[in-house]
Amino acid sequence: MATLTRTDVPAAPSRLRSLFGALGLLRESPVAMIGAAIVLAWVIVALIAPLLPLHDPNQAIAPFKFPGAVGPKGDVFWLGTDHKGRDVLSRLIWGSQRVLVWATLATAVAYVVGMLMGVVAGYRGGWWDEAISFVANVLLSFPVMVLYLVIISRLGSSGANIVLAVTFASAPGIMRIVRGLVLDLKTRDYVHAAQTRGESSWYIMLVELLPNARGPLIVDACLRLGYTTITIATLGFLGLGLPPPDPDWGQMIAEAVPVGVFAAHAMVVPALAVSSLVLGFNLLADGLREISLKD
Amino acid sequence: MLLLAARRFASMLLIMAVISFVLFLIFETDKLGVAGKVLGPYSSVQQRELWLEQNGYNRPFLVRYAEWVGHALQGDFGQSVRFKTPVNVLLWDRLANTGLLALCVFAIMIPLSLLLGVLAGMREGSILDRIISFVSIVTTSVPEFASATFLVALFVFKLRWLPGTSSMTGGFHWIEMVLPVTVLVLYDFGYVARMTRASMAEVMTSQYIRTAILKGLPRRRVIVTHALRNALIAPFTVIVLQLNWLLSGVIVVEVFFAYKGFGKLIYDAATFGDIYLIEACTLVAVFVAVFSQFVSDLGYMLLNPRIRFR
Amino acid sequence: MAEPVQPILECEDLSISYLTRQGEIPAVVDFNLRVMPGEAVGLVGESGCGKSTVALAIMRYLGRNGRIAKGAIRFMGRDMAGMSEEELRQLRGSKIAMVYQEPMASLNPSLTIGRQLVEVPLYHEKVSQAEARQRAVRMLAAVKLPDPQRIMAAYPHQISGGQQQRVVIAMALLSNPSLLILDEPTTALDVTVEAGIVELIKEISARFGTSMLYISHNLGLIQETCDRITVMYSGEAAEVGSVREVFERMRHPYTRGLFSSIPLPGADKNTRPLVPIPGQLPLPHERPKGCWFGPRCAFFVEAKCGHGRVAMETVDPLTGHAARCRRWDEIDWEAAKPPVRAAEPAPLGPVVVEVDRLKKYYELGSVSLLGLVRGRTVRTVKANEQLDFAAREAETVAIVGESGCGKSTFAKVVMGLETATDGEIRLNGTDIAKLPVQDRPPETIRTLQMVFQNPFDTLNPSHTVGGQIARVVRRFGGESDPARIRERVFELLDLVKLPRAFYWRRPRQLSGGQKQRVGIARAFAGAPKVVVADEPVSALDVSVQAAVTQLLTEIQREKRTTLLFISHDLSLVRYLADRVVVMYLGQIMEQGTTDEVFNPPYHPYTEALLSAVPIADTRIRKKHIVLEGEIPSALRPPPGCPFQTRCHRKLGKICETEPPPRREFAPGHTILCHIAPEKLAAMDPVIVAAPEARHAAE
Repeated sequence: MATLTRTDVPAAPSRLRSLFGALGLLRESPVAMIGAAIVLAWVIVALIAPLLPLHDPNQAIAPFKFPGAVGPKGDVFWLGTDHKGRDVLSRLIWGSQRVLVWATLATAVAYVVGMLMGVVAGYRGGWWDEAISFVANVLLSFPVMVLYLVIISRLGSSGANIVLAVTFASAPGIMRIVRGLVLDLKTRDYVHAAQTRGESSWYIMLVELLPNARGPLIVDACLRLGYTTITIATLGFLGLGLPPPDPDWGQMIAEAVPVGVFAAHAMVVPALAVSSLVLGFNLLADGLREISLKD
Repeated sequence: MLLLAARRFASMLLIMAVISFVLFLIFETDKLGVAGKVLGPYSSVQQRELWLEQNGYNRPFLVRYAEWVGHALQGDFGQSVRFKTPVNVLLWDRLANTGLLALCVFAIMIPLSLLLGVLAGMREGSILDRIISFVSIVTTSVPEFASATFLVALFVFKLRWLPGTSSMTGGFHWIEMVLPVTVLVLYDFGYVARMTRASMAEVMTSQYIRTAILKGLPRRRVIVTHALRNALIAPFTVIVLQLNWLLSGVIVVEVFFAYKGFGKLIYDAATFGDIYLIEACTLVAVFVAVFSQFVSDLGYMLLNPRIRFR
Repeated sequence: MAEPVQPILECEDLSISYLTRQGEIPAVVDFNLRVMPGEAVGLVGESGCGKSTVALAIMRYLGRNGRIAKGAIRFMGRDMAGMSEEELRQLRGSKIAMVYQEPMASLNPSLTIGRQLVEVPLYHEKVSQAEARQRAVRMLAAVKLPDPQRIMAAYPHQISGGQQQRVVIAMALLSNPSLLILDEPTTALDVTVEAGIVELIKEISARFGTSMLYISHNLGLIQETCDRITVMYSGEAAEVGSVREVFERMRHPYTRGLFSSIPLPGADKNTRPLVPIPGQLPLPHERPKGCWFGPRCAFFVEAKCGHGRVAMETVDPLTGHAARCRRWDEIDWEAAKPPVRAAEPAPLGPVVVEVDRLKKYYELGSVSLLGLVRGRTVRTVKANEQLDFAAREAETVAIVGESGCGKSTFAKVVMGLETATDGEIRLNGTDIAKLPVQDRPPETIRTLQMVFQNPFDTLNPSHTVGGQIARVVRRFGGESDPARIRERVFELLDLVKLPRAFYWRRPRQLSGGQKQRVGIARAFAGAPKVVVADEPVSALDVSVQAAVTQLLTEIQREKRTTLLFISHDLSLVRYLADRVVVMYLGQIMEQGTTDEVFNPPYHPYTEALLSAVPIADTRIRKKHIVLEGEIPSALRPPPGCPFQTRCHRKLGKICETEPPPRREFAPGHTILCHIAPEKLAAMDPVIVAAPEARHAAE
């Protein structure tokens, strides 16, 4: 026995290494790389918006300018102006900030609520499960857009209400996924091991179960970020989103469509922006799923 | 099996009951608000209270709810504040229009997505699979209002081939259906195609497909008899549930193209605060969603012998 | 000697590789195999040795990333590599048929069995639908399935696992193939069911003269079914020869290692312990220079074995016995037999665990509408009925039984994951049967720990090995100082013979055996008095099994722990248990010391169980008992004696109506049976060593 054991204390590996390892994983899927690049590009643009030499997004300068046109002060409207004469590029970039902030916030809140519901329903089972699942089923019975219409027509449109509406719409779906994962994970022997040494339910749910559900949840979170982006832009388009005049991609399209004959670029550009951001999230999710299946 | 179906049916009824109650709670607890919506913003408090008294609003909440449910079950949802017509008259008309739209969408989307999904899933990782998967990711990433924007910019403003609105003011025209249907199909088919692909790919790697191949069956037989039967169970339920998503998409598309359907109706009702109309529309929408869920559960049970013969 | 007969199948210098992201991985290298008409050849090896890859290559079904890199597979003289898809299709299922490991997964869940069977003649012989049906029904009868017509109309999930495997075999035989490939056909089945399938396979080869390639990890099964054997190691053949020759005069150290690591009759934890093979099977890209078994071989000599590819060397040109070893004729094979150790069995202490009339019933919701209407909404599953036994300090009590016997339920009740319906479990005198784990005092929880079955999920993949053991030390060890805790964890890693650097490893970086060792370290971290081990080695390869078993018994001996060892493996139980409890459908059929249970008088079920276990020893003779039918569902246990539906010694009416009496044959040795004690006592032993005379005659 003594021949096999080493009594000297080995050194712990560094944490930084494992972080790089996780990032290196992305390289295994070109799809995930492209998706991450698109999302990252938008995040950077949103972050450095205040530093960029942009026009005031709400200032009317010269209406119906085409992309590349030169403004009154010799400045260039790279993406043209809209019917009110506002710079489309500037509105686009400031709008990215808005959509990213609210989409992330709303998804995060929905995730906290949904995960909590799911882990409790899945692990506790019995009446907890029945009750939580029923609430989820009720909420899932609404076509999402109808749910948004009901909530926002009753409460009015504001950022907080959008977060609330997204939570109502997304948390049940997240709950179902987490519940399914937990139902599977809780039959694992390491959970039994924790039970047989008398660990509390919360310890088992949060330390033993949830960390092992992270793979599918990260994929789902990317998909949901994309979907929430669509939701926020759609609400903006329908005039139910964040109040004007600050730039909002959905609103930009809604305003530009009626006069689209004269300035199609003003509606096509923000539509491209939304689509590219959502595509980024979806590609990232798809790539991550592919990577997780390979292991 | 029968018990399972009965249980699903009961849970469907329960969900409808709970939702109707919650809706009533949301919209009709604030009685003065209801009167204000009906009589308009410039009505006085006395007028409103008189109206409440006349219309039986001062009875207990539960009594009012029971009466409302009773009427709703007979198809009477009250009078629309905005359109000044009975809600049910309005509703059936609009539902028929949306039904037509949905029918067109499904007629194109189902064969298209199943075909693409099966083709992609048959040989996971092949060129065809990669192309189909990529296209379906891209189309599902473009929200309805964005793809509508692109199509309108190209076909309406640039090429001038198609009309930009579908209000059918000059009577029904198929040409006005083209853009709304295309937009909805584009957004929806990718999801179903991807589900079908995943299901098909999973079946193709299963051991019973290996058995079938190593039994010496021709490839056609392996795919048609052994694979499809199992691979199409999941997409079937997804397609039925797609009705729920379509109802969401229909709102955006009908608003965009001014199509006089159910989606536009519920949108107008919500933005105008037309209480009775919202209640009715929401109930109908939820009913369609819950019922499609029931049908999908039932179909799943029927298609799956492991549940059918337990 | 010239061979006038053409072989059915011949693999010549066959190499198979898989293309992965790391490049091309050679899974099978320079593999030779020959199957003659009517011959049964066994292919044996541990998981990852490439035996299933060979089978799939013969069927030319390697997936998109697998390919035959070199060599030829000739079927009846024709090279299969050059065949077109259509030629292959005509061969598959008609001339070469296959039986798979998991019968349930191998049958299409949404087609009736009839349709799946009928396809075979329909597509291979262009017969009419009616004719095909008729043949399918006849074949179902030939594989001894009761009521073939009913089976034809059934879906796979409606019949039991053993019946499913018979269906798969029937499907394979329908077109009367020349070669039948069996890939671990009984691994997923219970032993008594396995015995039935093995008998069927033997009958088939006798009756149809089908050549067989039998792939298994179980040497005992190969012995019962095959004429010749190929032992595989790391993608190459290590030893080839007749079964008799290889089993009795093995000439490859790996083969010898395999035999000394399986618990054959005569092995004993005290005097003749198992000898595990050290180290691990190398992955294809980690194969060493020279002999691939070299690093794990006790006879390794650098100068001789450490360079170049080792070739097959002929041991006996007459019988075709060959071994891939350069030192086979230098090694003194007789002297190198496993050591005999003169260790005394550990003295037993006072009773620690006492199980007294323990009952565990589950109530299930009704599944039929009719039941709901009539108000009978619950059905009772009697998972444990009347369990009575005791375990002493330092004693190993084995609880054996097949699936559904209630042994795992019992473990759950002991651990407090379930509570008993009635009766008591006394731990040092205190009843804990009805206390769920969250109501048990910490001291009780610490006293009672568990080692789990599945190495793949015994550890939490999200946390480090050290963290998981440290958690237990913190809870039970009374330590709070991080440095002291770490020191304790290091000591525990030493105890289970793992390097200390494993502290920072994640479970996925460990092999199955290493994970089980961590599981043992975790169970012993709180210095428990009683450890429940639920099939702790059943998912491991034999050589690793021996090492983990060894470790477990060593620690137990040192710490004087009571071990409740739950297992389905009678050979292992005979090796390590002091007392044995045999369960069937929730009841104890027989219990006693290991000697008492493994020798007459037997309970008829014990007798059948012993006869069903394949033993990899040519000198052993077994009584031949094959049970009819399958284990009944615990939902509908038969009336009277639970074993009456399958019993080969059934008396008659009394067995069906009256519960049998429990008779004591010696203090602590009881049997639950109607048969008169003197008749039971007059039974012959199931397992006997053949007289040495046979040896001398050779």
